[in-house]
Amino acid sequence: MKRLWFAMAGLIAGATLIATDASAGKKDDTLVWATDRDNPIADPFYINTRELVVIGHHVWDTLVFIDPKSGEIKPLLATKWAWVNQTTLEFELRNGVKFHSGKVMDADDVVYTLNHAANKENAIANFALLAWIKNAEKIDDGKVRINLNRPFPPALAYLAGIGFIMQKGHYDSAPVKPDGKKDFGAVKPNGTGPYRIVEVKPGENIRMEKNTDYFKDGFKGEPNISKLTFRTIKDTNTRTAELMTGAIDWIWDVPKDQAERIAANPGVMVENAKTLRVSYLQFDVHGVSGQKFFTDKRVREAVAHAINRESLTKNLVGPAAVVAHSACHPDQFACSSDVPKYAFDPAKAKSLLKEAGFPDGFEFDLFAYRDREYTEAVIGDLAKVGIKPKLNYVQYTAFVENVHKGRTPVAHGTWGSNSVPDVSAMTAQFFANGPDDLTKDPEVVKQIAEADSITDPDKRKAAWQTVLVRIASEVYWVPLFTYAKYYAYSKDLDFKPTSDEIPQFFAAKWK
Amino acid sequence: MLAFAIKRLGVALLVALTVSLITFSMIHISGDPAVAIAGDTARPETIEAVRKFYGFDRPIVVQYLDWLASALRGDFGRSFTLRQPVADVIFARLPVTMALGALAIAFALLLAIPLGVLAAVRPNSLVDRFALTVAVVGQAMPTFWFALTLVLWLGVYWRLLPITGSEGWKNFVMPAIALGYYVTPAIMRLTRAGVLEVLSSDYIRTARAKGLRPMTVLFKHALRNAIIPVVSLSAVQFGFMLGGSIVIETIFQINGLGYLAWESIQRKDLPTMQAIVLSLSVIYVLLTLLADLLNAFLDPRLRVA
Repeated sequence: MKRLWFAMAGLIAGATLIATDASAGKKDDTLVWATDRDNPIADPFYINTRELVVIGHHVWDTLVFIDPKSGEIKPLLATKWAWVNQTTLEFELRNGVKFHSGKVMDADDVVYTLNHAANKENAIANFALLAWIKNAEKIDDGKVRINLNRPFPPALAYLAGIGFIMQKGHYDSAPVKPDGKKDFGAVKPNGTGPYRIVEVKPGENIRMEKNTDYFKDGFKGEPNISKLTFRTIKDTNTRTAELMTGAIDWIWDVPKDQAERIAANPGVMVENAKTLRVSYLQFDVHGVSGQKFFTDKRVREAVAHAINRESLTKNLVGPAAVVAHSACHPDQFACSSDVPKYAFDPAKAKSLLKEAGFPDGFEFDLFAYRDREYTEAVIGDLAKVGIKPKLNYVQYTAFVENVHKGRTPVAHGTWGSNSVPDVSAMTAQFFANGPDDLTKDPEVVKQIAEADSITDPDKRKAAWQTVLVRIASEVYWVPLFTYAKYYAYSKDLDFKPTSDEIPQFFAAKWK
Repeated sequence: MLAFAIKRLGVALLVALTVSLITFSMIHISGDPAVAIAGDTARPETIEAVRKFYGFDRPIVVQYLDWLASALRGDFGRSFTLRQPVADVIFARLPVTMALGALAIAFALLLAIPLGVLAAVRPNSLVDRFALTVAVVGQAMPTFWFALTLVLWLGVYWRLLPITGSEGWKNFVMPAIALGYYVTPAIMRLTRAGVLEVLSSDYIRTARAKGLRPMTVLFKHALRNAIIPVVSLSAVQFGFMLGGSIVIETIFQINGLGYLAWESIQRKDLPTMQAIVLSLSVIYVLLTLLADLLNAFLDPRLRVA
């Protein structure tokens, strides 16, 4: 009996050795934020989860930063920039910025980073977003030139979103994997940002500490909170429970019903803020899936009239969400809602279906991967006019595979544009003949190519207007709504959500 | 006894081998492993290169034997996503799951045995009915719901215990209760039946006649004999705890083997998935074997192969 007790005590003692840092909140000057995703790598070029975009902006800096409140491009590592011609951008760099390693940032670092990212062989996770870069050259220690391989007006927006600057030679020390390739994601993180990474525990947390040498006059200001910890907590209810006990300080993506209940808790602040994500229905316009219903524009129009988007947006999504009418997000540059609109009109939907030869409706396959309740609301509305979708609810990677292989008569997708506030980050993804383009309308493809070669902002807007009007009048898509998400955080925290889904922890402070 | 042991060991080995075969083929049937590694959007040439590199183009029998041979040497390959040898990851997480399982079974025994004894001493009484209700509620309640209720009351409202993590013994209290409560009825019923049967035997009557105190009769003589099948049942239930801890580990964010199993399924990390299923099955088979041998050792009547 005694031995059994000793054995158990030993087991428990052994378990206690697996310790995690449990400090959180104002008293520890530590902001702990949690999501359900595990981020085993701490390099924003080699893992493209939302969490690493956020950590990327805290541990690294980009040349410029887009102020989510005004949409303006603000200086960060670069103080001045100019388009020399349609395919050449020049930057003047800020002086006296130091990496966490101590080295002073200069043109060599920018050139190294952009050339590494633009090289297909290095296979950064978001290669497609920086593929427009031909190369980067040093003019002198404080000046850099970026050469583009085609005119690309939104270049600055993309650099602001994911162009994190690494130190020259950063990836040289990457270990080699058994298959001979270099494991770039395994290199110890080193950036210029307001926080430095102190520890990475895959599956558990990433701990960061304030960079006391961070430069003062940049857009991000000076960080206030000493320690920032990202934690992985898979279960939604557990995350909420931990917020209520104060073990963590900040969560987002809170389901609406939970958000309303947490709001009653005195120690917690709940806010609904918009995001750049759009929910949409994409049609198999050419019938390649074998189900030819949506090749007829009248059927597509019927679907648009059948769904009560106002009700869905207001009742299911959240107060900050709005109905979308174009194949882009209203906050994106050159996105316009001045397009043909389809009001909620089930009677009209039914008459259109009758005209198209489907008086009794029909059955088809609908694919979706996210927020099942929104898809189910859509299914409910369609059923009321006689169209009966069979739901294929799959994991994201399977969803994308099905879309690419042309197996989806209707795909209910969402797109966050990687938070890039420019119409090309969304519309071009789905209508410029890429793998996500199920429409392949040569007219639209041509118009997009033209619109994206114009640098003059007003002319560019006009060109995109033509594209968006055509997409809406042909009903290639039924845009549904823009996402809003619920944030919940400690009342001790002075924090403001922004629509670019990059929480500005560097600007937060304790009350 | 030896012949029995050898026969049982043979059967156990056969079961373990069959499990490994089934696990191996299921994972390969559920999708193309080369696509899982390279990613859905990879070019066909990349997928082919990956296929050749990992040897997925070899006949499936060859792949299986190769994997088995490495596994027997303790080499489970490298995790696709955690960038470490799978064996290292499993050995790091196994103690946490073992601790959780051990505490859960301890809780179950602490609750079930006294209840079973109490029920047996006063059969068909109010106490008996109460004990039965407590036990049955444990089996009928969904584990995840019970866990979340514990989190709500003990964690959020009363702030008695921490909810997530595995820093200290306090972190294991709620998970152990949630996990252990599920197996309480089986143990309780078995204890009750065993004690009830033993209490009516001759040697107990003799002990009472000798004038021994009722407590001594109960615990020193009756329980010691009645508990034999309970011990072997507990060994098997312990194996069940190890496998069934996925939900509990996820809710309480305990980084054990169960949680690792779910993560590797989500991330399509094949080597880890295979290694976990194999390890847990082997442990379970060993525990069942142990239970069989223990029973046969203590009760010669069971030594029929």
